Amino acid sequence: MLLDIAGLRKSFGAIVVADDFDLTIAPSEAVGIIGPNGAGKTTLFNLIAGGLSPSAGRIRFDGRDLAGVPPQGRCRAGIGRTHQIPQPFENLTVFENLLVGAVHGRGKSEREATQSCGEILDQLGLIKRANTLAGALTLLERKRLEMARALASGPRLLLLDEIAGGLTEGECAELVTTIRDIRKSGVAILWIEHVVHALLAVIDRLVVLNFGRKIAEGAPKEVMARSDVRQIYIGIEA
Amino acid sequence: MTGFLDAIIQGILLGGLYALFATGLSLMFGVMRLVNLAHGDLIVLAAFAILAVAEKLGADPFVAVLLAAPVLFAIGFGLQHALLNRTLGRDLLPPLLVTFGLSIIIQNGLLQAFSADSRRLRSGAIETASIPLGGDIAVGVVPLLTLLSAIAVIVVLNLIFYRTAIGRAFRATSDDLEVAELMGIDVNRTFAIAMGIAFVVIAIAALYLGLRANFDPTIGPVRLLYAFEAVIIGGLGSFWGTLAGGVILGLAQTIGARIDPEWQILSGHLAFLVVLAIRPRGLFPRAVD
Repeated sequence: MLLDIAGLRKSFGAIVVADDFDLTIAPSEAVGIIGPNGAGKTTLFNLIAGGLSPSAGRIRFDGRDLAGVPPQGRCRAGIGRTHQIPQPFENLTVFENLLVGAVHGRGKSEREATQSCGEILDQLGLIKRANTLAGALTLLERKRLEMARALASGPRLLLLDEIAGGLTEGECAELVTTIRDIRKSGVAILWIEHVVHALLAVIDRLVVLNFGRKIAEGAPKEVMARSDVRQIYIGIEA
Repeated sequence: MTGFLDAIIQGILLGGLYALFATGLSLMFGVMRLVNLAHGDLIVLAAFAILAVAEKLGADPFVAVLLAAPVLFAIGFGLQHALLNRTLGRDLLPPLLVTFGLSIIIQNGLLQAFSADSRRLRSGAIETASIPLGGDIAVGVVPLLTLLSAIAVIVVLNLIFYRTAIGRAFRATSDDLEVAELMGIDVNRTFAIAMGIAFVVIAIAALYLGLRANFDPTIGPVRLLYAFEAVIIGGLGSFWGTLAGGVILGLAQTIGARIDPEWQILSGHLAFLVVLAIRPRGLFPRAVD
């Protein structure tokens, strides 16, 4: 297993945001997570990427226990993440944003990094914006940059946090194609998304979270057909 | 007329010294958002370090600073890694308190080690050498070297910041610390390197401080004030802005002194207030903050 989470629990005082959570992801598998706001989805990403430490339970990545490993160590181990609200380094150019991930996150030399970052920018359709300051990008470009930068650090697991939110149908379809390509290149994907049809176009397995607990897991279509899931999902839509 | 022209030239040269004081401060604030209240005292400490090396080895201060610089880099690296990194976080108070404490420790440590006597770096004839510019105007070699060194320091810092991987890490970390960590940057080490570089700049500033005037363990806080003013006039995050800030401060002081000798310090502070009132973010602020 690439990612192996067992008995994960996180509480802030009396508020439990992750409760006895288990999840495994195989190499190059794509798993989706849905759930209402406040279900603990982003918290889960923070626990995996190292921004938060769990109150109990363990997270293994590629057989290695991540307890006590700081965020930069997890990045170097091969975990890349994007944020719901894109957080580019605004005073750096688009290209420099990627170089940071490639040089510091992956330990590449400046020359190798320049090569690989150029390819990633090309793949994500940002090559024309390479020398623009990231602060000047549009929302779609920022989302693409967010993904490009995570890819530059050479992840084996990519955590996508509501990357399709706020995009038009056309933009969303382009994004789905890009994510499929990334997946084909052998990167495992764990994707939190409210735009369910985008999610279903990519993933092999779907997990539903509610109040920090996993309430359903399995083949996407079967999970979406369950009445308890529909209730929660319709709750999202309402 | 010659008097004012002279005041302007001397002011620009004096600005070079203030820019050197301010560049280290600008670097620390720019990279790690550290407001270093001990900055002036660190400059004085470095001046004493150069003095000690020069006296022990009988070396010229220009040679002594080359020997002291790597040591100061190591001290800066260690200070940041072992102490100052622990103070940085959402709360702005701890770094202020710790650097204020450092300031007191350095002043008293220097008093203990070197006494309250005022000292000076000696470099022979160059101290008093000057280049006549025609008319009644001449520029001193040391003030001229000061300004040229300030420009050189800023050129080198800009090369580091905009042309190297560590410079990119400085800018990325300054933009968003948490994301920088997610991108694999070791923030503690990055900050420690930045502080090491700031200490080398401090050593250069100390060299010219000591060549230009007398120093004693208590003069740090006033250098800190000038450095702060230069950084804020120039705008946070821009080294060229810091140079401009230093020059504006120097000009205001020498022109003020030309009008009335008692006005020198006051007119520097007034220029600072005027800039704060008109452009609160400084003259050359960063594009996005």
